Amino acid sequence: MTTQPLDAKDIEQRLSGPLSAVLSPRRTITDAAISLSYLDPAEQEFIIRWTTTLAHTNAELGFQFAHHAGDAITCMSQTDIETWIDHATEIYDHDGLFAAISFLEKPKQYADEIINRANSVQFDDVAGMLGIYINGLAGRRLTVDAADHGYTDTETVYLPHRISLFEDPALNRLVYKTMASLLWAQTWYGTFRLDAVGRTLEERLNCFERPRAARDLYEALECIRISACVERDLPGLSRSWQQVMALQGERHYPSHWSSIIERLQHSDATAETSLSCLPEIMNDEAPEPWIFQGRLVPENVSEVMQARMMRDKAAMRSALADITNEANKSLADENDSEESDTEALQFEIRTTKHPQLPGEVELQLSLGGQAMGVPPELKALLQSILQDLGGFPTEYLVAAGDNDFEPQAIESEMAGIENELGPATYYPEWDHQRHQYRRDWCALREQEIEPKDEPFVRDTLKKYHGELQHLRKAFEALRGENQLMKRQPDGDDVDFDAVVQAMTDLSLGLEMPPQLFTRTHRHERNIAVMFMVDMSGSTKGWVNDAERESLVLLCQALEILGDRYAIYGFSGMTRKRCDLYCVKHFDEPYSKQVEQRITGIKAQDYTRMGVTIRHLSKLLNEVDARTKLLITLSDGKPDDFDGYRGDYGIEDTRQALIEAKRQGIHSFCITIDDEARDYLPHMYGAVNYTIIDDIRKLPLKVADVYRRLTV
Amino acid sequence: MSQNHVLKIDEYRISEEPYYLPLGKEIEIFEAAHENRLPILLKGPTGCGKTRFMEHMAWRLKLPLITVACHDDLTAADLVGRYLITSGETVWIDGPLARAVRTGAICYLDEVVEARKDTTVVIHPLADDRRVLPIEKNGEVLSAPESFCLAISYNPGYQSVLKDLKTSTRQRFVAIELDYPQPDLECEIIMKESGIDKDMAEKLVRFAGMTRNLKDSGLEEGASTRLLVHAGKLMASGIDPANACHGAIAESLTDDPEMLEAINELSASLF
Repeated sequence: MTTQPLDAKDIEQRLSGPLSAVLSPRRTITDAAISLSYLDPAEQEFIIRWTTTLAHTNAELGFQFAHHAGDAITCMSQTDIETWIDHATEIYDHDGLFAAISFLEKPKQYADEIINRANSVQFDDVAGMLGIYINGLAGRRLTVDAADHGYTDTETVYLPHRISLFEDPALNRLVYKTMASLLWAQTWYGTFRLDAVGRTLEERLNCFERPRAARDLYEALECIRISACVERDLPGLSRSWQQVMALQGERHYPSHWSSIIERLQHSDATAETSLSCLPEIMNDEAPEPWIFQGRLVPENVSEVMQARMMRDKAAMRSALADITNEANKSLADENDSEESDTEALQFEIRTTKHPQLPGEVELQLSLGGQAMGVPPELKALLQSILQDLGGFPTEYLVAAGDNDFEPQAIESEMAGIENELGPATYYPEWDHQRHQYRRDWCALREQEIEPKDEPFVRDTLKKYHGELQHLRKAFEALRGENQLMKRQPDGDDVDFDAVVQAMTDLSLGLEMPPQLFTRTHRHERNIAVMFMVDMSGSTKGWVNDAERESLVLLCQALEILGDRYAIYGFSGMTRKRCDLYCVKHFDEPYSKQVEQRITGIKAQDYTRMGVTIRHLSKLLNEVDARTKLLITLSDGKPDDFDGYRGDYGIEDTRQALIEAKRQGIHSFCITIDDEARDYLPHMYGAVNYTIIDDIRKLPLKVADVYRRLTV
Repeated sequence: MSQNHVLKIDEYRISEEPYYLPLGKEIEIFEAAHENRLPILLKGPTGCGKTRFMEHMAWRLKLPLITVACHDDLTAADLVGRYLITSGETVWIDGPLARAVRTGAICYLDEVVEARKDTTVVIHPLADDRRVLPIEKNGEVLSAPESFCLAISYNPGYQSVLKDLKTSTRQRFVAIELDYPQPDLECEIIMKESGIDKDMAEKLVRFAGMTRNLKDSGLEEGASTRLLVHAGKLMASGIDPANACHGAIAESLTDDPEMLEAINELSASLF
């Protein structure tokens, strides 16, 4: 074959055929042909081939490509050009010719993007892993989110959308990891801790003449202190930090800092040490920050901390109130007549540094000088308080008083609604303070859900097309097809075990049993499952979408399994108006109508869970199945307008679940509430719940949880 | 009757002391229960030392230990025994449970919830004060001697609703709850079992703590003591800590690539 490049004339001739539709005497391909004539023959062939292909789709596209191909081939590889062309035709299909042309006009810009994409690491690529990672390290649960720069507000670690500092993507990933771990370390080693009189970091930095400079210097000092802490506790992580620091080049501190650095690196140093060093260096320039340092944003921290501390304090005091009550009860049991008085006794929490686990603290709770274990549900709370305050102020250690709500107060307001809404079924409700049921307390009505004729189900199936295949396979495997049944009176094959036994029986003079065959048989699962879907106001938006998507996938899976299932949504406002929305009955086949009802699920009012559970267990009990399951999909605690919240709501729900358990119903809860681990174990039991930390994962997780539950 | 194709009961005796470090009063409770002829239920997550505890107790009480790992095809006949034909003659072969009853051994049914439901028929009469094993096939009712002991184990952490221990079964047993040991004890166990030094063992324990933090973030169970010992053994044989943790712990805990990476990062942060 000749390897002579084509000259401009040849090229023009070969291109003019396919592009003839858009060529005219005033619009020629000559310029393009000239620029292509300088390329080597393989490249020329490549471009001519693609021009012809594109011209089949649209002659104008081919024309534009021929014009820009010369530029493109200087800045991209041929495979990149192919994806560039694919992209252009895709744009043409979706957005029309104009958009495609303006895309083809900028090969340089596209090339830049590709190069960036190859090196840079996106937030989404690492978010999942880092979220797990920093929660594994220690301390309060943190979430990860994207922002313009890295910082933390002590509940969320914010990381930049993209990091492309280095050529090597692995290094960019490393920067992500070091940044996340540094921000974690700030929350763990007390950078934001309040001082002894309760001032926040923001307030203290504002005492300086130049708060901004103070903040930067404080951050630099804290970095020195924290990296010393990390070096002691997590040597491997410390090495990663040093690796990134080394890439950045050595950081030079002013010579008079050396004594300060020494103080900060001492194992007794705290955030206080950094603050006390601050006046000495106020006139210095802050050293250049590490590339993974992020930024301190004390304002955001104050806000988040304030809210959390209020919450923690209330939670702590109410937990202590429970403990006091328990103690009172057991004391009263011990000495029957004597009216015991633990009110006077003081709670005390002693903290001791853990000998084996650096950074971890052992907590010892005592009441009136008598030591008692820390209940597991309290541990996370204590840890959180300790992280914020470094200790336990006395006002946290006072049990909460009896100033809870008075449910009767609103009762009168609500009278009258009754008549307007038609007949209802009445259910009792458990009042944990009185230790008895309130009879016929809640009025429950089954409502129609308004079917919605939108392509939601179709879109969802399309969106999860790939995952659905997996899901189907997983559930098909579960169906336990063709299980080999032994010892059958008739069947496809001889059961040798049975025959041997029959022969022995025979020779012993016993009657020979007739069950001598094996038969393949589809395993009967005999499960009935009820899904109870939260339709409260808080589910509006994303959560609602995720719930509906979950139901769509779940129905697909359940149809494969053949398990009987029903779906109900619940919501309501006050005890007089508890509503239940039926999406699918047990006896109803999956149909277009069910799909439309799923589509029609929308966020409503509040979540009164107890009454819903009571009603649904009743329905579930009418079904004849060996295993009965009640699965709740929720996004938060039980909560209703008329005081059905806090302990009252939780205790009633728990009571309803206990009733269900007594009737042989297994309950399980799938929630997306991050705080759920504080109350769900109490309500559902230690293993009967799952928390899904990422709402986007909910649809697939729900099916997966169901599969695991019924394996 | 010839039973030479069955292990002699003495083969089940444990001659050397299996290493076991008590976490609480479980040894005393077991001994007291055995003395009073009460059956025992061991609860606890996988790899926390249930089987090792049984071996230790068998050694302590100088009794043979017959362990049955239960599976979902295990029937009552598998436990009790069946007739076989040898050279034109029918021979009764005891199952493990019947043998334990006959010889006054300890019978340990591991993960009992996995077994078929009909096994309860033979467990129940043995587990209450009757202490008998009726063998329907040959019309025998075995009465358990003083030293016989029935122990079962189960893992309450499994979420499957189809595999739950029935109340009527569990209420016959004295329950001993085992959990992962306290950090200092766990550290001692790892050192003793794997032979690594204190520093490494402490780090392994901290690593286990980190994985246990992840239990609600998508990991079904944290690293068990057994996995830590495995990792420790690999390290003692010269595998570097990162690879040892990856192979012995991370990969055994999960298949999810994101979770794997995070766990590996956690171990990398420690060592």
